[in-house]
Amino acid sequence: MADVRIDSLSVTYHGVDADVRALAGVDLSLADGEAVALIGPSGCGKSTLLLAAAGLLVPTGGAVVVEGERIAHPRLRTALILQDFGLLPWKTVLDNAELGLRIRHHPAAESRRRAMEALTRVGLEEFLGLFPSELSGGMRQRLALARALALDADLLLMDEPLSALDALTREDLQDLLLSLWRDRGHTSVLVTHSIEEAVYLGRRVLVMSPRPGRIAAVVDNPGMGDPGYRETEAFHGACVELRGLLAAEGALHRGGGES
Amino acid sequence: MRGWARKAAGYVAAAAIMVVAWELASLVLHSPALPTPADGLGEFVRQFPLLLPAFGYSALRAVSSIVLGLVVGAPLGLLLGRSERADLVFGPLVFLNYPVPKVVFLPVLLVLLGIGNASIIALITLIVFFQILVTARDASRSISRASVLSVRSLGADRWQVFVNVVVPGSMPEIFTALRISVGTAVAVLFFSESIAGSTGLGYFVFDAWGRIQYGEMFAGILAMALLGVLLYEAIELIEARVCRWARAGR
Ligand SMILES: Nc1ncnc2c1ncn2[C@@H]1O[C@H](COP(=O)(O)OP(=O)(O)OP(=O)(O)O)[C@@H](O)[C@H]1O
Ligand SMILES: [Mg+2]
Repeated sequence: MADVRIDSLSVTYHGVDADVRALAGVDLSLADGEAVALIGPSGCGKSTLLLAAAGLLVPTGGAVVVEGERIAHPRLRTALILQDFGLLPWKTVLDNAELGLRIRHHPAAESRRRAMEALTRVGLEEFLGLFPSELSGGMRQRLALARALALDADLLLMDEPLSALDALTREDLQDLLLSLWRDRGHTSVLVTHSIEEAVYLGRRVLVMSPRPGRIAAVVDNPGMGDPGYRETEAFHGACVELRGLLAAEGALHRGGGES
Repeated sequence: MRGWARKAAGYVAAAAIMVVAWELASLVLHSPALPTPADGLGEFVRQFPLLLPAFGYSALRAVSSIVLGLVVGAPLGLLLGRSERADLVFGPLVFLNYPVPKVVFLPVLLVLLGIGNASIIALITLIVFFQILVTARDASRSISRASVLSVRSLGADRWQVFVNVVVPGSMPEIFTALRISVGTAVAVLFFSESIAGSTGLGYFVFDAWGRIQYGEMFAGILAMALLGVLLYEAIELIEARVCRWARAGR
């Protein structure tokens, strides 16, 4: 049960000439299997929040608790997908997909089998020997997803995973993310700059304030989860509401890339 | 196979251009120190039985120095680039010594190690070591934070990050350092063999020069050039295997 509780999480970076307060008391609860989208102005601390949730960054104050356990190190079944996908250019598709299992010393045969299953699920089973530089942007994103699936992740943290893709590939992958979530029921946190993406993939959409980041507003989005949601009135209503909230936070002028 | 053929054609063309330039230069200069290609290559073939063992000595010295410099310098450089603490302790030591021209220590090495293989190899190793060390340090520093974070998020410890990210990610730059070190190694080889050797191509050239045997001398120079080219190509070949990924997708 990958339920997540974030309690007054604060992070201050000690920069070279000044300290930067990235997060100032973020409170957030996710039920097991819930999908939320996180949106906010550039530099408000979204990536920082994910790094802390992944156990890669020691918070200055507060805590992240997953499955009742306080996160201080990377957790076995938490998968983090970074904006540039975090693939290793020197490993092939298959080796990249297997990497998490190999690092955790799973037996080779089992790693191979689980990586193959995951690659098949995302449609990459015919590209095992290629290197990431030989893949399209969408295929790289699928590979990053496969790595998370191979680990049987129950908490998926995604930092603008689709922002580098063209519009068609992007919708394609949004559909893949949705169908994976519906099939597997993992808990999902998606950081995005796109209003439509946030509304399509977040059962709740969390709006963050400019730095130091807090959760400034929450849009409840009960219609989310249906593949046809994009064409509905409710979808457009939620987009309009979200756009209004972002404008109020000053995000539409500061943050680039919203669609 | 087509890429291979194109590369071969490039080499043939380059060799042809060089022979023509050589021919012209020898005609213009008209000096016994620069024979025509026909004479030079003829002499090379005639001297071959004597050149071969000299070539063997020189190759052995160059290769063992480069390997030693690599085996010690690369891991140390990667470590310094990734560990602030190690860099604080050893960094100043490296940067004080890096700019010092190591060749001037040849007399010291000769006194300590005697004339012969040991002092020649020690001198070349010392020089190549610093080149590789400094490059490896910079390479491991510029490893992207994202790849380190993503591997750490998979549960990797420091050692696994080192093996899976730092080492392979620094490989292309280490190979660049190796290629540069071939040039350095052959140059220092010539210098140290002509002073501290009674074997090897450097000695061969120096000795022939002393005896005013310009034909022999030139054959030795050709052999030395050949040694440089062969070492360089060997490193290219190894790189193509080890860093296959760096050429993929271009
Ligand atoms: N390692 C670091 N050292 C110092 N400051 C940092 C570091 N990482 C991030 N920051 C600062 O912390 C703030 C929050 O950064 P973060 O990357 O979390 O923002 P973000 O919301 O993800 O922005 P974006 O939408 O542009 O990706 C920024 O002002 C950034 O400059
Ligand atoms: Mg970010």
